[in-house]
Amino acid sequence: MKAKGRKGILSRLIKALFFRKRTAKIGIYGPPNAGKTTLANRIIHTFVDENEDMGVSTEVPHETRRAVRRSGIIIDLKSKSMQNPNSILDSKPGRRKAKAKLKLDVVDTPGLATKIDFHEFMAYGLEEEEAKRRAKEATEGVIEAIKWLDDIDGIVLLMDSTKDPYTQTNIVIIGNMEARGTPVIIAANKVDLADAAPQRIINAFPQHPVIPISALKGENMEELYEEMARRFR
Amino acid sequence: MEIKMDMISEDKINSMGSMEKLRFVLDGVKSGNIVVLEGGLTPEEQMKLIELTMTEVNEDFPGIEMSGYPAKRGFLNLRRKTRLTVIGPAKVMRTIKKEKDLISAMISAI
Repeated sequence: MKAKGRKGILSRLIKALFFRKRTAKIGIYGPPNAGKTTLANRIIHTFVDENEDMGVSTEVPHETRRAVRRSGIIIDLKSKSMQNPNSILDSKPGRRKAKAKLKLDVVDTPGLATKIDFHEFMAYGLEEEEAKRRAKEATEGVIEAIKWLDDIDGIVLLMDSTKDPYTQTNIVIIGNMEARGTPVIIAANKVDLADAAPQRIINAFPQHPVIPISALKGENMEELYEEMARRFR
Repeated sequence: MEIKMDMISEDKINSMGSMEKLRFVLDGVKSGNIVVLEGGLTPEEQMKLIELTMTEVNEDFPGIEMSGYPAKRGFLNLRRKTRLTVIGPAKVMRTIKKEKDLISAMISAI
């Protein structure tokens, strides 16, 4: 597997040097209920169409059980919806310059988990048969999300700021991306909630940029988009 | 109910191929055991283990609980040194606290 990792880095290097892709594929990853689909929808509403959704987000875990790709999203930092007098764009010395426009394919992925128990879904009011069906689909979704990592050029790893960030799935995703040399941005989501503590995430993963956001309320999204334009160009 | 714990040395783990290693771990966990690996699994192996686990999740086996210390960077950041990994059945093992160098887990018999 180590040899595979080295091979992966080598093939990415060759691709980057000789077959530079015009559009980067960015995966939104994270545990169930971190707000991945809410973020994907927020990106679409901001840069594509206010009435278009990538998926449905609910409080029931594993609502997204199939990866959904939206191609050709243009992250335009100078668009009207992005006008921000406090923009940090290019303002911090020593930081890599963010591109004003970036074309991306965004992939909203099912939540990664090491366990899926149908009883958990029944606690949300689902009938037993429906809960079992959802559990089965959720296991397939996890596998699909893992397979997508092979085709992803960068990831936005979403974490819930109200929860302990040191989960094994977070560590596994970051470890895999580091082994592949794939850029990672951590979005510390749900900062609008009273018990949010994004600093815990910043302390836990100091080697990666951590942007505190609320995908639901649209808080601090400009900084996330600017970091995406900086990392994924 | 008693719960068996298998503590596997780094030498034994290193003598196995990747798939053999994952099969060994998952078979142990599906039998109800807690498996502790000295030296741990790499992040890539852990991802493969999650994938393999998902193919075997059913009504009686909801999956695994896995905890491990993050890998340490080696000389010039070139080589990552994995550390201990603990894997158990999700039905009996629950991680209650996890920090960079501390894992606290609850084991409860069914």
